[in-house]
Amino acid sequence: MTTDLLTPTRDAADRLHAVAVRRRRRGVLVSSGLGLVTLAVVALNLSVGDLPVPLSQVLATLVGRGDETSTLVLVEFRLPRLVLGALVGVGLGLAGGLFQSVLRNPLASPDVIGVTQGASVGAVTGLLVLGLSGAWVAAAALVGAAAVTTVNLALAWRGGVTGYRFVLCGIGLAFVATSALGYLLTRSDVRDAQAALVWLSGSVSSATWEGNARLAVALAVLVPAALAMAPRLRMLALGDDTATALGVRAGRVRVLALVTGTALAAVATAAAGPVAFVALASAPIARRLVGDGRVALGSTAMVGVTVVTASDFVAQHLLPGLEAPVGIVTGLVGGAYLIWLLATTTPGGAR
Amino acid sequence: MPQSVAPRLGLLVLAGALVVITLASLAWGAREIAPGVVWQAVIDPVAGVNDHAVVRDLRLPRTVVGLVAGAALGVAGALLQGITRNPIADPGLLGVNAGASLAVLAAISLLGIGSAAGFVWFAFVGAALAAVIVYVVASLGWGGATPVKLALVGAAFTAIATSAITLVLLTDESVLAQYRFWSVGSLVNRPWSTVAVVLPFVLVGLVLAVPTGRFLNATALGDDLARGLGQNLLVGRLMVATSVVLLCGSATSLVGPVAFVGLMVPHVARMIVGPDYRWVLPYSALLGPVVLLVADVAGRLVARPAEIEAGLVVAVIGAPVLIALVRRSPEVSS
Repeated sequence: MTTDLLTPTRDAADRLHAVAVRRRRRGVLVSSGLGLVTLAVVALNLSVGDLPVPLSQVLATLVGRGDETSTLVLVEFRLPRLVLGALVGVGLGLAGGLFQSVLRNPLASPDVIGVTQGASVGAVTGLLVLGLSGAWVAAAALVGAAAVTTVNLALAWRGGVTGYRFVLCGIGLAFVATSALGYLLTRSDVRDAQAALVWLSGSVSSATWEGNARLAVALAVLVPAALAMAPRLRMLALGDDTATALGVRAGRVRVLALVTGTALAAVATAAAGPVAFVALASAPIARRLVGDGRVALGSTAMVGVTVVTASDFVAQHLLPGLEAPVGIVTGLVGGAYLIWLLATTTPGGAR
Repeated sequence: MPQSVAPRLGLLVLAGALVVITLASLAWGAREIAPGVVWQAVIDPVAGVNDHAVVRDLRLPRTVVGLVAGAALGVAGALLQGITRNPIADPGLLGVNAGASLAVLAAISLLGIGSAAGFVWFAFVGAALAAVIVYVVASLGWGGATPVKLALVGAAFTAIATSAITLVLLTDESVLAQYRFWSVGSLVNRPWSTVAVVLPFVLVGLVLAVPTGRFLNATALGDDLARGLGQNLLVGRLMVATSVVLLCGSATSLVGPVAFVGLMVPHVARMIVGPDYRWVLPYSALLGPVVLLVADVAGRLVARPAEIEAGLVVAVIGAPVLIALVRRSPEVSS
């Protein structure tokens, strides 16, 4: 669609293409590196625990030939939790990547514009006021996130959506939601408040195959949609005028990316609670690993998976006798790692 | 100085609004007290008169707390948005709120301190430590403390501190019972001694902020142009950062982590007077206390005889204002 329009600037286009090829190679390299790390984390997650399962048994069980105990431990407990962590990592990582690239703001993430807070209010209302449990809490979270986003779009709409307006309205709504949350938490019994806090810190420990299947179906639609947007987002990063000249309908791409990002964050948060920092940190980490200062959505999703699954392993074994929610560790690990990256990056990878 | 008269007039109108809301904060509350009695309570209080005690010991301190904390938060927010060139920066950005919260949590869980007055020093030291750590870490690596790095390091620090806080809250119910009330933000139960401790820091912070308007205007054009215009980036940033630490630390130790005022007020100020920071800063200094006191008074009136904390109300009444302004403003189009 865009090739015809590019003809007059063939030279520049060629150069852009060469850069793109180099980028893609580096991106693939980083993604496969992350893939290897994730594989190691998966092996650790499945094999280490109260009931250790040797790696040979893990492999045997995965192809359906494990002994009874291993099958029970892996299929009933460790696998669903691992899968949920990976799915949530993809959803949150991509959501953050989309937001930051479309809004051109490194602080933009679903945590800032109210998606997470909306989901939290929904879930906590479900837990504390309506007495819901299980999948119904996830449904309530989804309703909360959808409500905030719909209101945000309606308020920010004025014949189209600009990034700045969308973010500011979203921030306003996020603070309203946070207030509602504070009200619910200070007016409830302290024991109930603590139970709600477990959900609010983001946890994958109560993962079920049914819940995972629902999340997987949602992601199967949203992830390809997000990845397909990458080329147009890259052109949008050159500015609205340039992008329009290159045949990209800037306004439409922006709305599509924002809605997709919101949906990704909403389904992930509904499934596991607001797992902290993954959405915000995945894209900057990926950008610094790939090393030329632009958003790479594929690597960003991989970073999300690695961060969540590795954090969950740490969460299970951090303190003896206490299983910390994964969201606590993603904040610790992701925060520390991002700081280390920022403090050590050389000019080539800095922005 | 700008030649136009309008910004000065606006500043006067704002000052008038501040006086009105200050009086309202003294006069209105759960207990109905006649305006004459309120006046007498402030000018010439009689010991033993219940109404006088309510005004002098409850309403006057919380009004002063609102004035001090509101001005500090408003100016701090404007400084931070200016120096990071990021419209979503708020006073919590440099890790200040997270640092203060962590220190208050330590005060509750390790030392068993249980009153807002006892939290002040902890909150203050925590906020200052956090800001120093964030600034130093952001200065490491290539390029020094650029706005993007400051923002990201601040966000990372906040994430780490929040995780640590949640971990403690999940394991200790009694700490949660106290901490959740501090964490929503409120103006009540701050005695005079607390205000007296914090006030000098706020004043120094405000004085430091006064000459930074020109610097922020120059940095808005980018680092290179600012240097070209004769600004010393290091000195300017250090001055702004010091002011932010003093203001945020004081405000957070007084009223708890109320970030929304600092985020919203500079936007409103910019929509009224435009992007010139020499005007945005004084407008923010007056708008901050107006917003915080309106929230506090509204929180007293809607749930009589109970109260809703100002920290909770401020977003509920502030967000619609912010959104309405954002929708109307023609400048918000990029």
